[in-house]
Amino acid sequence: MLLEALTFQLGYNATLVTLGAMLLGGAAGVTGTFLFLRKRALVSDAIAHATLPGVGMAFIVMAAVGLDGRWLPGLLAGSAVSAFAGLLSVQWLVSRTRLSEDAAIGAVLSVFFGFGIVLLTVIQTMATGGQAGLEGFLLGSTAGMLFADAVLIALGGALVLAIVVLLRRPMTMMAFDPGFAAASGLNPGRIDLAMMGLVLAVTVVGLKVVGLILIVALLIIPPVTARFWSDRADRVVLGAGLFGAVSGWMGAAISASAPDLPTGPIIVLVAFGLFALSFAFAPSRGLASMWARHRRFQTGVHLRQGLLSLAQGQPIYEPLTLRLLQRRGLVRADGVATDEGAARAARALMDERRWDVARATPEFELAAARYDGLARIEEVLTADQIAGIDARIAGPREARA
Amino acid sequence: MNGAEFVPLSLTPLVIGCLAAIACALPGNFLVLRRQALIGDAISHVVLPGIVVAFLVTGVISTWAMMAGAAAAALLAVAMIEVIRRFGRIEPGAAMGVTFTTLFAAGVLMLEQSDTSGVHLDVEHALYGNLESLIWLEATGWHSLLDPSALAGLPSELFRILAVTLVVGVLLAVFWRPLAISTFDEGYAAALGLPVRWIGLGVVIVSALAAVAAFDAVGSIIVIAMFICPAAAARLMTNRLGVQVAWSVFFALMSAVLGFVLAGYGPLWLGASDAVSAAGMIATVSGFILVLAGLFGPARKRA
Repeated sequence: MLLEALTFQLGYNATLVTLGAMLLGGAAGVTGTFLFLRKRALVSDAIAHATLPGVGMAFIVMAAVGLDGRWLPGLLAGSAVSAFAGLLSVQWLVSRTRLSEDAAIGAVLSVFFGFGIVLLTVIQTMATGGQAGLEGFLLGSTAGMLFADAVLIALGGALVLAIVVLLRRPMTMMAFDPGFAAASGLNPGRIDLAMMGLVLAVTVVGLKVVGLILIVALLIIPPVTARFWSDRADRVVLGAGLFGAVSGWMGAAISASAPDLPTGPIIVLVAFGLFALSFAFAPSRGLASMWARHRRFQTGVHLRQGLLSLAQGQPIYEPLTLRLLQRRGLVRADGVATDEGAARAARALMDERRWDVARATPEFELAAARYDGLARIEEVLTADQIAGIDARIAGPREARA
Repeated sequence: MNGAEFVPLSLTPLVIGCLAAIACALPGNFLVLRRQALIGDAISHVVLPGIVVAFLVTGVISTWAMMAGAAAAALLAVAMIEVIRRFGRIEPGAAMGVTFTTLFAAGVLMLEQSDTSGVHLDVEHALYGNLESLIWLEATGWHSLLDPSALAGLPSELFRILAVTLVVGVLLAVFWRPLAISTFDEGYAAALGLPVRWIGLGVVIVSALAAVAAFDAVGSIIVIAMFICPAAAARLMTNRLGVQVAWSVFFALMSAVLGFVLAGYGPLWLGASDAVSAAGMIATVSGFILVLAGLFGPARKRA
């Protein structure tokens, strides 16, 4: 069942929903990356919660003029209008008052959401019927989705992706250096507005699939995941799109494969699974590689200090140092150096002496800055330079007459 | 509307709403000043998985178990945010976004998977609360306030939120000075030898306590709105911390009372027959207060 869902063989509608979720995830991932790089990830939370009153208003208006209140394009248009109002409110609070952006976000999201709930209770008491299902916008519901709705979502996701591809350069520039972007003749205000417009579009398109509380996850988690894998902006954008698309695809497929698996939460949890894997195992920024790097450094320092102690005939008490030396066959169990240990210890002491001289000589100032207690001097200086140092270690000889 | 109708049906929800608003607004002042407003948002989201897990573990709807679960979830969320921020080197906003959406999604999934249909536990309830249902059936009028047998029938949510409000108020009074110093100048506070990290964690824990108690009575919308809106509006009224806290309590009370009255009676005045969500209306009113403060507050601009 799951395999069939993953390979798009679970009926026409399920296939369409899965494709739609995939495109939505990809679009959300790439859009969210710019938001993340601008350090404004949580603005999307305000935008998402602010869609609710729009959905309610649109339902009331459509029902009042005699249309079907659940007509999806109408509801989405309404949600876009109120989400934009929410975004403007955040901007207004930040620019016109001394409140910081986080307070503005929290205020807007709670007030708009509260007002949306008021409208939902108004709708429940209306005599039009068909109001059931608006709650689906809170957590998303793909069950019983109409064919036209699925097409709308897939098209919306594709459109957002296309616009991001067009605007990626100016948006990247804005993310890293707004001043430079402005100096290069771009209009920062307009680019920010375009970015927020894209976020808004993703939110509105995603309402039906993942719901307004969890759509933020698709905008935030994939970019954070991709950030672990690369330091280059274009690769992070690409990676975020990929992680988002995979989350949407697998999430929708898993949710279609069994009952009681709501689409939105499953997509979010798949996205988090990818995040957790990347956090743990990504090269260089992942936890595992950070830990390995730490261990390598620790081992190096302990070995070096242990060898120096051996060379100078000092007893070693530090258990980790002893263990490391023993495991490498450099000391015996009673702490006495083996032949190899004695040789390596002498070499370490020699190296340390050379470094001492190098660090005391102005001529080697640049090289001496690289001293960290681990690097061997052969890696830093040429053989000739080392020979010069060795001559000094021998000490200045008295000139004979 | 007379006492015979008002006391049993509206008095207790109104008082509970006011207490919940105050309990959240008090720590909210410090969350807003410390730029941690969205911690309140995160906490109110992760309360859901906390109570679901508590329900699944204990198998009963027990308030204390659920409050413990919610508090544990709040602490777990704070720890997760900290780990992602520190070891993943991710900016705090994004770390928060990853954490609370994931925990909320897990809560929803567990709720759908477990058989909770027989009990009153669903996502909508968690969001809107059920302020209107906290009625006092034993009361027959104002004189019931002096009648021990009627008082015994008061909803237990009232006592819990009252206790939490008192605890929050007392903690605030006791730790006022260190709290104020570390909020405005963390470096100076650290130089004085104050445990700034513990103070920061304490603010979060007290917020979680207020959130959980308020959530139990009124749902998570009010919690977020009351954490932020009254404190933010109060911030625009004055430069003095003490005055700001007083304003925030006043705004919280106004939101709760006006919101409750508008939700209950507003539709009747407009000719409709049914009340609307009180929790939603309280949040809406607090938003209006914030807008007014933003337009006319004497300290609305940076000094």
